[in-house]
Amino acid sequence: MEKGKGAIGSTGRRWAVDFSDNSTSRDILDPPGFSRASLDQDDSTLSRQKKDAESNWKSQKAWEVAQAPFKNLLMMGFMMWMAGNTVHLFSIGITFSALWQPISALQSVGKMFEPYKDAKVELLGPKLLFIALNLGGMALGVWKLNSLGLLPTHTSDWVSSLAPAQEVEYSGGGLNFS
Amino acid sequence: MAMAIRVFLSFLLFLSLTNLASSLYEDQVGLMDWHQQYIGKVKHAVFHTQKTGRKRVLVSTEENVVASLDLRHGEIFWRHVLGTNDVVDGIDIALGKYVITLSSGGSILRAWNLPDGQMVWESSLQGSKASKSILNIPKNLKSDKDDLILVFGKGCLHAISSIDGEVLWKKDFAGESIEVSHIIQSPEVIYVAGFVGSSKFYVYELDAKSGELLKNNHIALPFRTSGESLYVPDDKFLVLDDARSKIVTININNGDINYNQKQISDLVKDSSGQAVILPSRLPGLSALKINSQVLLIKVTNEGELAVVDKIDNTAAFSNALSISEDQHVFAFVQYEDNKIHLSIKDVNDWSRDLLKENLVIDHQRGNIEKIFINNYVRTDRSHGFRALMVMEDHSLLLVQQGEIVWSREDGLASVVDVTTSELPVEKEGVSVAKVEQNLFEWLKGHVLKLKGTLMIASPEDKIAIQKLRLGSSEKSKMTRDHNGFRKLLIVLTRAGKVFALHTGDGHIVWSITLNTLRKSEDCKHPVGLNIYQWQVPHHHALDENPSILVIGRCGPSLSAPTALSFLDAYTGKELNSLSLAHTVARVIPLPYTDSTEQRLHLIIDFNKHAHLYPRTPEASEILKHEFSNIYWYSVEADNGVIRGHALKSNCIHEVVDEYCFVFRDLWSIVFPSESEKIIATVTRKSNEVVHTQAKVMTDHDVMYKYISKNILFVANAAPKASGDIGTATPEEALLVIYIIDTVTGRILHRMTHQGCQGPVHAVFSENWVVYHYFNLRAHRHEMSVIEVYDQSRADNKDIWKFLLGKHNLTSPISSYYRPEISAKSQSYFFTHSVKAIEVTSTAKGITSKQLLIGTIGDQVLAVDKRFLDPRRTLNPSQAEKEEGIIPLTDSLPIISQSYITHSLKVEGLRGIVTVPAKLESTSLVFAYGVDLFFTQIAPSRTYDSLTEDFNYALLLLTIVALVAALFITYVLSERKDLQEKWR
Repeated sequence: MEKGKGAIGSTGRRWAVDFSDNSTSRDILDPPGFSRASLDQDDSTLSRQKKDAESNWKSQKAWEVAQAPFKNLLMMGFMMWMAGNTVHLFSIGITFSALWQPISALQSVGKMFEPYKDAKVELLGPKLLFIALNLGGMALGVWKLNSLGLLPTHTSDWVSSLAPAQEVEYSGGGLNFS
Repeated sequence: MAMAIRVFLSFLLFLSLTNLASSLYEDQVGLMDWHQQYIGKVKHAVFHTQKTGRKRVLVSTEENVVASLDLRHGEIFWRHVLGTNDVVDGIDIALGKYVITLSSGGSILRAWNLPDGQMVWESSLQGSKASKSILNIPKNLKSDKDDLILVFGKGCLHAISSIDGEVLWKKDFAGESIEVSHIIQSPEVIYVAGFVGSSKFYVYELDAKSGELLKNNHIALPFRTSGESLYVPDDKFLVLDDARSKIVTININNGDINYNQKQISDLVKDSSGQAVILPSRLPGLSALKINSQVLLIKVTNEGELAVVDKIDNTAAFSNALSISEDQHVFAFVQYEDNKIHLSIKDVNDWSRDLLKENLVIDHQRGNIEKIFINNYVRTDRSHGFRALMVMEDHSLLLVQQGEIVWSREDGLASVVDVTTSELPVEKEGVSVAKVEQNLFEWLKGHVLKLKGTLMIASPEDKIAIQKLRLGSSEKSKMTRDHNGFRKLLIVLTRAGKVFALHTGDGHIVWSITLNTLRKSEDCKHPVGLNIYQWQVPHHHALDENPSILVIGRCGPSLSAPTALSFLDAYTGKELNSLSLAHTVARVIPLPYTDSTEQRLHLIIDFNKHAHLYPRTPEASEILKHEFSNIYWYSVEADNGVIRGHALKSNCIHEVVDEYCFVFRDLWSIVFPSESEKIIATVTRKSNEVVHTQAKVMTDHDVMYKYISKNILFVANAAPKASGDIGTATPEEALLVIYIIDTVTGRILHRMTHQGCQGPVHAVFSENWVVYHYFNLRAHRHEMSVIEVYDQSRADNKDIWKFLLGKHNLTSPISSYYRPEISAKSQSYFFTHSVKAIEVTSTAKGITSKQLLIGTIGDQVLAVDKRFLDPRRTLNPSQAEKEEGIIPLTDSLPIISQSYITHSLKVEGLRGIVTVPAKLESTSLVFAYGVDLFFTQIAPSRTYDSLTEDFNYALLLLTIVALVAALFITYVLSERKDLQEKWR
């Protein structure tokens, strides 16, 4: 929900009247008691403050997004432990989703952090964390794959597919016809 | 929707997989298997055609079968296959209800109940020396109710009661040194006649009641005789002298013996050929065969001889058949310019033909060898005759009124060798009408099946379903199928006839009697030896038909002339035949083919020369290329020597023969003759496919199998214990097992079994050998397995080597590398004694193996190779259990569901042949003996296909129903949406 609000706050305005923009109404006299100088100054500080708050909030959100896979990781770990080490539909499904989720997340890193793009916000840190956590998730998946015995890490996995060697010599014979 | 279908499909698949492929349901019998019953070449036949009851003919055959055949259709009423050593010497009917057979060299007399073939009694007759055995059952002796059966066998004459088989009296002739050839029975007296030496003729007169010797008389002829003699009623014998120029009549009338002799040249003008007395029993007549002419000679009461008739080109003579008190008839067959005449004549009234018929018999059946006749009374009270004919190809025909009523292909009871051939590829362009009709039939069939599945089928429907399943036309099509189940089994029979049987239903596709294996002047005793695949076209020579090589020899000795025949496997036409100038001791099919896919064969002759076939320059070129890599070994079982040879150079006779080679001896293994005798050798099948060279252990470790085709398993027994079981004590018995490399002569493994003896039956596959023998100490049969592993490859364990492809596991290997071998072995008790062992073979060698054991009960038992695994232990670990290692037990289990012959018996089982189907899971099995049996087996179940009875109609119906449901719900939901919006 917070995320949605933030989005509207930053770019999602329907319409706006900028009171601070006074370039067009220069030749009209200001109402009595109105001090343009003070207003100008006041308005700019206000908007700067607002912008600061927004970027702060953005970077905070970005970090939050970056940390989100961690929860996922824990969840996955639990599921894998539950699934056991025998190859069946459930364990295979879990393992492959554990592998697929980080990959799809990594593919959309840019999109994920798009909303928090700002000149003032440093996104590299969150991105790196996000990538690291997803890689961690993937490693967990691979480890699970290995523990299921689906990775060719043994000699046997390589030898089984090798055809028997050709023999150079040929020998036939046996008992004579009787 | 898609998910639903997927779930449904996988459910169906699961259902189809739960069906055990290793065992059958009752209604699956005959679906994939067929069984054919035969009897073999008929030796004797006795008709039993009473007015009431079924007409039958009782036969005994060269396969030691006693059978009762339906005279109307030729079907078997009952049949008994006696053991291989229990040769039937005589068959007859006693008391009108018992079939009496004499077998085992005249030592076993059995009575079988005529209608159902139950054994009534059996007598074992003792005697001291081997002799001719004669069964004599009186036909017209009505003196007593208790008819006597006279049996001469093992040098003794026995009189046996035909009611209970009790021996009433016995007279021993062993001390008299007489070769008894005739027993003549009259109401009171029994005459026993025979030769002592070759010129003294003895006649003994015995009392029929007590067996007391009444009179003993003899005559010394002034010349030597040929040994054969013929009894001519009354009281006369015909004998030829040893030059076969004189015919002698010996008359034993009134107790004294006298003889008359006559030159054959007096009887007939040109008596240049060898005269032979035909053994047909004709009252008052005798038949003398000179060349192809038969002289019928009348013997008068005074012993005078007179030629009655000359018959040209005769093939067979029957015995006399008495059709009334004083009317005796006999039949003979004449060949006259491609026509066959069957004549039946009265013995006494020579001028009249009772019957003269022209027969049309397929010339593939060869000549008529034997003929048996029987009469029946027609409605106009005249006599009609039927004749049972035994042909050269061992088939049996019944001829009546000039027509062949039925025929039996009994040559198939003596299959010598088997090979297979693919069927032709299906051609494009099937007519539309046929497809439409097929589609309708297909739908109808599946609707019926669906009814069966939903259990709403009526009994008639069920019968129709079963009929549909058994008679599927798909099975017996003459084209190749996708799964490779349809093939041709090409079998060579002892008669030298080649049959092609269809694996679908076992019908004979073609048959041919090879001219080179026909009996002729040059070739007196032709025998078919072996049959090989000569040309198996695939890939680039697909438009050519495959061909078969048949090797036959004239006579049993190794030095007899040999002939090769090449047959087209699709049509059975003889493409070519060669009479070889050299002998054939051994044929070695080489693993090389020429550009037309003809396989190269080396034929080793008696003088240890090798001859290359086909004799083409191309073949010679191929051989030259592989010259130094071709070896052969010879096993000399009598001397206890195994020798290895290599090709040396071309033979040099007068000129250099390019296709003939001489050998040099490389090595020899001499077994100590006082302690070992070779009793069995087994090698791997040359066409066996091995999928992998590695065996993966439970801890992902790898053992490398020693897969070489050049290894030989040899079983040696102690000479004292090489006889039957029970002739040696456990201390004397010893079984020594060798595994020998036949290129280098190196003994890879040697093992001894103390207190064990043969017969050894073994099978070699991949890197293991399984053999069966008898353990004298345990008094039980045992089976052992040896698995051979290659230790020198064991250090190939680095994964990076494999990742980078830097291993040498697939590079060609040579036996001269002297690989380090380790062998693992284990033994188990096995209940049955065994007639044959074979192993299943599949297309790629991935499917696990089953051993097919031909048991003594003539059944075929399938035993998983997992039961014969040297890694079995008493308490396998969890990981080992997961891998499928069975806890060790002392004996191999026999699960009655794993008999692949189910309730059938392959009588006289002699061999089992397995052929891979194209479908990896399935292996085709052909077992032969007196019977033939064929089936498909899937050792790891049919994991790569849906079962035969998978219900496609149900699947189709479900899909249609689901699509309909989808459509209806879609329409309904649309309508509901619309209503929601209007509200």
